[in-house]
Amino acid sequence: MATEIKAPPYRVFNIAPAVVPGAMADVKTFVASDKIQENLGFPVFETPDWHDKAIGKMGELLGKYRSLKVYMDACVHCGACSDKCHYFIGTGDPKNMPVARQDLMRSVYRRYFTLPGKLFPWLVGARDLTREVLDEWYNYYHQCSECRRCSVFCPYGIDTAEITMAAREILDSAGYGQKYSNEIIGKVHAIGNNLGLPKPALIDTLEGLEEDTKEDTGFDIRFPLDVKGAEVLLITPSADFFAEPHIDSLIGYAKVFHAAGISWTLSSMSSEAGNFGMFIGNYEQMRKIALRIRQAALELGVKRIVVGECGHAWRVAYSFWNTLIGVGDGGKDPYAIELQKQLDHRYKQPMHICELTWDLAEKKIITFDKEANDKHIITFHDSCNVARGSGMGDTFGGQFEIPRNIVKAVANHFHEMPEGTTHEQTFCCGGGGGLLTDDLLDLRVKGSLPRMEALQHVVDAHGVNFMACICAICKAQFTKVLPYYGFDRRLIGGVHQLVSNAIKLGDK
Amino acid sequence: MTMTIMFAVLFYFAAGLFAVGLIYRIATYARTPAPLKIPTTPAPRTRFGVVMLMAREVFFFESLFKATIWTWIFSAMFHAGLALVLLRHLRYFIDPVWSWVSFIQPFGLYAGFMMVAGLMGLWARRFFVDRVRYISTPSDHLMLALLITIGISGLVMKFITHTDVVAIKDFFMGLMSFSINTLPSDWMIYLHLSLIALLMIIFPFSKLLHAPGVFFSPTRNQVENSRDKRHLSAWASKLDSGK
Ligand code: HEM
Ligand code: HEM
Repeated sequence: MATEIKAPPYRVFNIAPAVVPGAMADVKTFVASDKIQENLGFPVFETPDWHDKAIGKMGELLGKYRSLKVYMDACVHCGACSDKCHYFIGTGDPKNMPVARQDLMRSVYRRYFTLPGKLFPWLVGARDLTREVLDEWYNYYHQCSECRRCSVFCPYGIDTAEITMAAREILDSAGYGQKYSNEIIGKVHAIGNNLGLPKPALIDTLEGLEEDTKEDTGFDIRFPLDVKGAEVLLITPSADFFAEPHIDSLIGYAKVFHAAGISWTLSSMSSEAGNFGMFIGNYEQMRKIALRIRQAALELGVKRIVVGECGHAWRVAYSFWNTLIGVGDGGKDPYAIELQKQLDHRYKQPMHICELTWDLAEKKIITFDKEANDKHIITFHDSCNVARGSGMGDTFGGQFEIPRNIVKAVANHFHEMPEGTTHEQTFCCGGGGGLLTDDLLDLRVKGSLPRMEALQHVVDAHGVNFMACICAICKAQFTKVLPYYGFDRRLIGGVHQLVSNAIKLGDK
Repeated sequence: MTMTIMFAVLFYFAAGLFAVGLIYRIATYARTPAPLKIPTTPAPRTRFGVVMLMAREVFFFESLFKATIWTWIFSAMFHAGLALVLLRHLRYFIDPVWSWVSFIQPFGLYAGFMMVAGLMGLWARRFFVDRVRYISTPSDHLMLALLITIGISGLVMKFITHTDVVAIKDFFMGLMSFSINTLPSDWMIYLHLSLIALLMIIFPFSKLLHAPGVFFSPTRNQVENSRDKRHLSAWASKLDSGK
């Protein structure tokens, strides 16, 4: 694959591309080494009994997940989803159509778990799980970012993300893990964050930030770490600690806490909001990662848990934490009960940083100088996991309104991208779901095509020069792929980066 | 008389398999836990909201409407036609015929044409849209062929060859009280009935499970209240301990 990575041309009409069979067949993300696999207690490849393990796992998951069971049976091949996936739009590979991606597994399901598939495999498109099929699974189930756009359009709500997660779980059980995700999960267990930043490095970074913001603003804005008895524990993606433009949003959060006079802290033990356990569809891993957060909250004695700008982290926090670790309505084990007593239930638990900021802004506890953002002409990219996997506030669609309200409160120039590319129909950035790795760069560039087209539209129509979002993966992905489409990489940034520019610190 | 007996046996078998198979499937769906909250958001925040959403999906195919208008049109024609035809057919199985079943008889007539036209449109997509062609399996084509043949054989009986509907009603009323009345010997009705038996037999093993499946889809039937109410399945609650 020595060919140069290039952005595909924009489509002349907004219609699906013609299918190009096999276009992405050879795109294969790096496989996890034995060491990475063993680290998570997963088998290594190629285990002699991979076939039976995989089929056994599939049977187990079919009994554990209603989603998988119903979705394997219900699809009628109507094609409603077939032109909805950004990877299909960007690559034309028909196996990147959601229905065809599901069929990679459905064909095997039919063969081993249904009567017609056992009797007449050719009739219903059933096939044995061979090495070739397993390789095909590996390649194409790592070309899905689990963004759920297909599930919006499916008449039965079939969610390819559920099937991709199950497929990755089965692949892991056969020893065929992905290097990127599984290595990162290992780092979280060992160190506490995806990037493997140890405590001294964190202290160093945060102290540097305090000096920089002091220089910039003249105020003593704190970036506290491991402060017992703080009001808020902020759980944020570790990219916020050092990556551009993420760090500007971290500064924004700190300024909000400062201006509102809320004491807060980060945790060195639990310095990661992201939860790659979800990406690989492994409940136990996901739970284990989430448990670190509960532990940190208990040890630090905080009253509130607030989550920073990170899409899938917010999905896990909003939709799953209550189930996994009892943050929300509360669990039944002793630690969950203790935490439930400790938390302040006048506030949503967990709370998104945007919910917190917007609430303060509405109450005029924090105020803004909108003109400070006048150089920015802004659009908003809905991150897929926030849009379709979570909510905010108490109203239907709060996850769309609240971040937009903040942007409009802190800046004067805001323009929406075309309908059908925002809100619940938003296009994934192209790098979510465990695909944000350089060995998949070609896929990532192509997968961002529909978002880039929508962006181009507002750039041409309104001169947009800033795309705000609330996801660490989106930020990293766009920083990388924007130049392929001829845009400046600094066009992407966080909502709290804009907050940071405009928030009034002193005169309050 | 041999034909009558054969069809009697066939229909007892088909009906039995259909009922048992479908109940078994539905029971499996109902028993399989959904361990996590996965509604496709934004989703309704109340049970009532979910019921309304489900009604819109089942009666109006709302998501499909958002997805592709042509498939929606053909699909609506087919399913609405099918529903009317089936309701109209109730007259073969109840006596005296309920007044609303009599009332819809005239509409049901056109519904047969609408159903077949919708099916033809859906089938055309399988040939002319390259994406849909790519995903179509032989069973997808055969399913459409089956339904179209059922529909056309019915329409042929209605408008061309005509058949003894009173005798057919006697036959089915008889089956329901375990007595056997002679079925008219007419090749069109033999065709119509054999294919219907086949449809009933494959129903619990095929993609026709989309009909019960839609009600069990967690992305559609869950309330979005994950922060306010804990959702826990049996197997997940076993892990629920430890720090
Ligand atoms: C709750 C009841 C039902 C609902 C909500 C429902 C909904 C749908 C939807 C949304 C589609 C996809 C669009 C399309 O391809 O037409 C579909 C397809 C289909 N339905 Fe149904 N359906 C129901 C009952 C039935 C029944 C009872 C039958 C059969 C006797 C049936 C036969 C089919 C067939 C054959 C297709 C595939 C058409 C194709 O090949 O394109 N459906 N259904
Ligand atoms: C055991 C069940 C069934 C019996 C006994 C039956 C019998 C008949 C008869 C006797 C007719 C001719 C009506 C007339 O001449 O006035 C007919 C018509 C028709 N049948 Fe069926 N049928 C059955 C099930 C079905 C099913 C499941 C379908 C669809 C999938 C279907 C579709 C049609 C259509 C479209 C017509 C023509 C329009 C109409 O008369 O409504 N039938 N059927």
